[in-house]
Amino acid sequence: MYKYDEYDHAMVAARVAEFSDQVKRRLAGEITEDQFKPLRLMNGLYLQLHAYMLRVAVPYGTLDSRQMRMLAHIARKYDRDYGHFTTRQNIQYNWIKLEDAPAILEDLASVEMHAIQTSGNCIRNISSDQWAGAAADEITDPRPWAELLRQWSSFHPEFSYLPRKFKIAVIAADEDRAAMRLHDIGIQIVEKDGQHGAAFYVGGGMGRTPMIAPLIEDFVPLDDMLSYAEACLRVYNRYGRRDNIYKARIKILIHELGADEYRRQVEEEFVHVKSLGIDPPKAEFDRIAKQFAPPPLDASAPDEIDRSDPDFAVWVDQNVAAHKVPGHAIVNISLKPVGGIPGDASSAQIDLMADLAEKYSHDELRVTHAQNIVLPHVRKADLYAIWQALDAAGLATPNLDLISDIIACPGLDYCSLANARSIPVAQKIAARFSDLGRQKELGELKLKISGCINACGHHHAGHIGILGVDRKGTENYQLLLGGSGAEDVSLGTITGPGFDEDGIVDAIERVTDKYLAERSEGERFVDTFRRVGMAPFKEAIYG
Amino acid sequence: MVEHADNQSLPQAEGWHAEGEEPAVTLDAFLSQSNATAVRLEPDEDARALIPHLDRLALIEVAFPKFRDGRGYSSARILREAGYAGELRAQGDVLVDQIAYMKRCGFDTFAPEKPLNPADVEAALTRWPEHYQTAADGAVPIWKLRHG
Repeated sequence: MYKYDEYDHAMVAARVAEFSDQVKRRLAGEITEDQFKPLRLMNGLYLQLHAYMLRVAVPYGTLDSRQMRMLAHIARKYDRDYGHFTTRQNIQYNWIKLEDAPAILEDLASVEMHAIQTSGNCIRNISSDQWAGAAADEITDPRPWAELLRQWSSFHPEFSYLPRKFKIAVIAADEDRAAMRLHDIGIQIVEKDGQHGAAFYVGGGMGRTPMIAPLIEDFVPLDDMLSYAEACLRVYNRYGRRDNIYKARIKILIHELGADEYRRQVEEEFVHVKSLGIDPPKAEFDRIAKQFAPPPLDASAPDEIDRSDPDFAVWVDQNVAAHKVPGHAIVNISLKPVGGIPGDASSAQIDLMADLAEKYSHDELRVTHAQNIVLPHVRKADLYAIWQALDAAGLATPNLDLISDIIACPGLDYCSLANARSIPVAQKIAARFSDLGRQKELGELKLKISGCINACGHHHAGHIGILGVDRKGTENYQLLLGGSGAEDVSLGTITGPGFDEDGIVDAIERVTDKYLAERSEGERFVDTFRRVGMAPFKEAIYG
Repeated sequence: MVEHADNQSLPQAEGWHAEGEEPAVTLDAFLSQSNATAVRLEPDEDARALIPHLDRLALIEVAFPKFRDGRGYSSARILREAGYAGELRAQGDVLVDQIAYMKRCGFDTFAPEKPLNPADVEAALTRWPEHYQTAADGAVPIWKLRHG
């Protein structure tokens, strides 16, 4: 894991001091809310329906146990004893007092954490593959590249008042576990002639105009990566639309210019930017990469798992993934118990996961964009002990990637932008499909719910997506089918007229029944949908 | 890296222009009259149009009609990167919480519509011990400090 040096510490400390001063001036009435808003946003502080919400950055989703315990401490001391893990691998606290924010940021800084650029029209926290460093299919650990980008983008003087927010994801495997092509910039580390470089996909995003990012450059050498990113951003900062907030994301610019013209402009800018010497030397990358060295795992550790406890065996089959080192496994902890709020964890649960990471996972945890937690480096021989501890804490729901492993935004229960509630819908769907045998029969089925058109719940990318809208003052839910945020990226299609809260649950059941009737051997839901198209599903839903 | 005067005192220009200063003309006017030495650049105007004329410019005033509109930051860097060494002024909705980034992008004077508290200006400009990235202020980035 990356450890701060004196420079990183000093930068975060300066930011805490700066924000403390800004809060003081705001509380004293020296600056208006309008002037304060972009400042608090760049420190992760939103004003929600009932209180301030603080979003804490978890760079590329990686944490150690000390940091995880601090997240529990903050929930306990400043909030209502829980936190909400988000689709950008961050954590949000929903009940924060403005006057506590500087103290929270100080607490975070003591464990090398912060809330810098977790909102606002700037470059946001860099996200990545939650299995980085552990997955068998990666060509390298993407996190050193992400850390290089994190430092470059932190307090970037030119790109802190962009037309709109800017999200970057970095992966290094063909299997895309980070929804890479639905980011403003999606980077895939690829290999060419024995060298690693960055493929740049630019202009993806969800929101009201979802777009899949086109490939802009297939191989940017490491030595040029920051210059290339700088060129991409400069073209956007200069020419991205500022007349309409809904058309201000880079995806609209690239859509309007065309990928070829955008690429031409970036290349022209890149030739100039490259002459400025903004790329750090290889030694800096090596310094960072050394800190992501694989943990010392014993490849001769026993590879067998004692499956005599049937409940444990069910969990192993669903939530445990292959590790690149024999005798080891990746544990996925579901934060989606039936009846729970997707992504929520109590302080006690956060502490327990920290304890397990320290004891069994080389002190590492990951947050996933699907709002779950990962223990990346676990000995197979320890799986049973881990499962018992998780089970006792309500954290052993064996539903990874099943229909009840739902991504949901906070919705109208918390969010000032929402048109409809997301959480009760997620709960009702999970309850309807609570029978695990039924869920397993349906297989991989990614269900994603957004409470408004901004798509924080990734509904466009759900195999089944739900979008909550306001229809003449009542909550109405539209149904989308056939999206994917993975390497088979696609955008869902709306089925037709929307439903009320109970109606949407019934409609989903008709859709899944239709899938079971139509599917061919080995087909996932989304495969069947792609093969047979919308018509049979529409018929099943609307008659 | 572009060399230019490291103006630690960062004078705040008052009002539209200081006493005796030539008023800044619009970009269109500047490009069509050969004797002007001061120009005002709006957010949607291309800073690169000035590059052939930098030698005869003493002042470039970059307009910030709204503080949220960040195009002027790119304009400033482009001008400094092209070698402009004259006065580069941020004018308009310029707030104390923006000036540290503006200075990094190459601005050396500020003409805020609403006057800034000098103590806050001082605090803002001395807040950051170092910087992660190269910009137009000549500051040595952290990665270079790490590796000498």
